[in-house]
Amino acid sequence: MAELTMIEAINEAMRQEMERDPRIIVLGEDVGENGGVFRATDGLLAQFGEGRVFDTPLAESGIIGTSIGLAINGMRPIAEIQFLGFVYQAMDQLAAQAARIRFRSAGRFSCPIVVRSPYGGGVRTPELHSDALEALFTHSPGLKVVMPSNPYDAKGLLISAIRDEDPVLFLEPMKLYRAFRMEVPEEPYTIPLGQARVVKEGDDVTIIAWGATVPLAAKVAAEMQAKGVNAEVIDLRCLQPLDIDAILASVEKTGRVMIVHEAVKTGGFGAEVAALISERALFALSAPIVRIAGYDTPYPVPSVEDDWLPNAERIVEGIETLLRY
Amino acid sequence: MFDPDQLSVEVVQILDENGNGDERQLAAFSDEWLLRAYREMRRARVIDERLLRMQRQGRIGTYAPFSGQEAAQIGSALALHKDDWIFPSYREVAVCLMHGMPLEQFFHYVQGRLSGKRMPEGVNIFPTQIIIAAQTLHAVGCAWASKLKGEPHVSVAYFGDGATSEGDFHEAMNFAAVYNVPVIFFCQNNQYAISVPYRKQTASRTIAQKALAYGMKGVLVDGNDVLAVYETMKQAVEAARRGEGPMLIEALTYRLGPHTTADDPTKYRRPEEVETWRAKDPLRRLRLLLERRGLWTEAQEEALVAQVNDEVTAAYEAAIASKSGSIVDAFDCVYSEAPKLLAEQKDEVMRRKQRSGVR
Ligand SMILES: Cc1ncc(C[n+]2csc(CCOP(=O)(O)OP(=O)(O)O)c2C)c(N)n1
Repeated sequence: MAELTMIEAINEAMRQEMERDPRIIVLGEDVGENGGVFRATDGLLAQFGEGRVFDTPLAESGIIGTSIGLAINGMRPIAEIQFLGFVYQAMDQLAAQAARIRFRSAGRFSCPIVVRSPYGGGVRTPELHSDALEALFTHSPGLKVVMPSNPYDAKGLLISAIRDEDPVLFLEPMKLYRAFRMEVPEEPYTIPLGQARVVKEGDDVTIIAWGATVPLAAKVAAEMQAKGVNAEVIDLRCLQPLDIDAILASVEKTGRVMIVHEAVKTGGFGAEVAALISERALFALSAPIVRIAGYDTPYPVPSVEDDWLPNAERIVEGIETLLRY
Repeated sequence: MFDPDQLSVEVVQILDENGNGDERQLAAFSDEWLLRAYREMRRARVIDERLLRMQRQGRIGTYAPFSGQEAAQIGSALALHKDDWIFPSYREVAVCLMHGMPLEQFFHYVQGRLSGKRMPEGVNIFPTQIIIAAQTLHAVGCAWASKLKGEPHVSVAYFGDGATSEGDFHEAMNFAAVYNVPVIFFCQNNQYAISVPYRKQTASRTIAQKALAYGMKGVLVDGNDVLAVYETMKQAVEAARRGEGPMLIEALTYRLGPHTTADDPTKYRRPEEVETWRAKDPLRRLRLLLERRGLWTEAQEEALVAQVNDEVTAAYEAAIASKSGSIVDAFDCVYSEAPKLLAEQKDEVMRRKQRSGVR
């Protein structure tokens, strides 16, 4: 088995799926010759040619809007939004058009597109390159929202996303693109959308995370283990559909919950998870739910982003707070 | 240097306001075709007027009338094949009926029923678009897919003059020309975007000329002349089918009624202006031609109007007699398969329904 980075795993998923299904096309800014600014689409143009891989004009709404038309007329587009902060340009086409086509046509048309986008901080990008905006889209019925946290999951989830009949927003944590390598099976495989993964079992506290914060949560949990705290870490992998059963099973076991995400705290998806737990497992809780998240400011400048992002210190403090109850 | 004042503006016209035209050009249209075009336009007008009245009577919801735009809509739709794709806004009722939307289905729509959203299989019409200009991109993507698949189908985006100010319109024009796809941008310039007149919408003298900047052909056609619209559209469609790429057509027309049934046009336009345009009514001029040729009489007119009125009544009654659908159905068309939390919400609604049914 090859050891791949996340970006290599993503590339492999697209390549293998394009080999399998001639309806799949890739489009976006700089995805052709350049292979994507992060090289996610490297080599696809050379292998599949100009009839399958398109360097589009610089227009996000155009990329998503035409993908919708392509999809309803039988193609399976994989569109790239170069950085998630630019998704606002295409907000209507994603949230109001792609997400709702099945509904708007009462089931006559579906919109099987995948929109891939790098997101997230810690890599010193310019303004509006690092924002974690997943909550905007979990609030848009009809979209699926997938956020992998390692190379193995990235490949399996992306293949599932490509084969899915619904529009999927596939958010790739930029920071993890090349952060580590992992064994990834060469043959195509799928991970069902909507199945969380237990990263580490434990029975003292539950840490729920997704995307970029998963390795951080896992690292802190491993360190706490040495101090006698047995934390369970759950990687949601998918926010929509959400694996509520995995969340509840863990909450019932530990009674203490921490949610860790990068997006700003107010209105973040963590609030949704906390609300669901309070609706369904309030009496299993021994302590108030703790949320560790980005602060309620726009994503800050590089010199201070490390103090803005959730970090080990804040997670440890949060766990200590939970355990004091 | 390009000087906008130096651009020549030619309007394609075949039939003038009094139903006269160059005999050689007119000879291209058979009596049968002329009658068909007239019948379709008259049918559309009767339907539009009835729908307007039914809204006033509270029998249907908000409605966007199209009277005055029949030639633009029917003329363009007549030039399409059944397999071609249509991406309408909310005002293209005549286009959609012409392209295969059953009238009964439209009643479901204006009554706010879920069933009104679903076009029958085989009718290639995209759902009514409310977001201005969003459909222009869908049409381009659809045409792009036709090209990639090697299918000879053309996609048509319908929109108004106001839509040409939206970003999506410009992105669509650009993509279409760059990829040379078989799409037609059909703008019905009815002079107003709700209350905003053309001169406040854009500073370019015509919409058609905007095509130049994107590298495609643009045509300005008298949108109240069904012959000219048909001929222009036919040429655009044939060119697109031959692989010659997209075209922008501006059909110069006028919306005689309000923007929607929630709008009062007397607040923003003078009655004299409306009267000027009434004289250019697309139905009147074709009828003058037909009468002069002895093809149409008042008795035929009355019979047609009565027949369409019956058709409308029947469609309306069939729509209200059918099941109105339930919120439960709404849960089934959000995802291909409902996620667990959505399925739970559906169950909750069904339980509530069953309980109230028992009570
Ligand atoms: C994005 C968006 N902004 C505003 C509106 C509200 N609105 C509905 S119709 C309309 C005017 C559109 O005018 P035009 O494009 O000329 O089409 P017409 O109604 O004349 O056919 C506006 C502003 C909307 N539906 N969508």
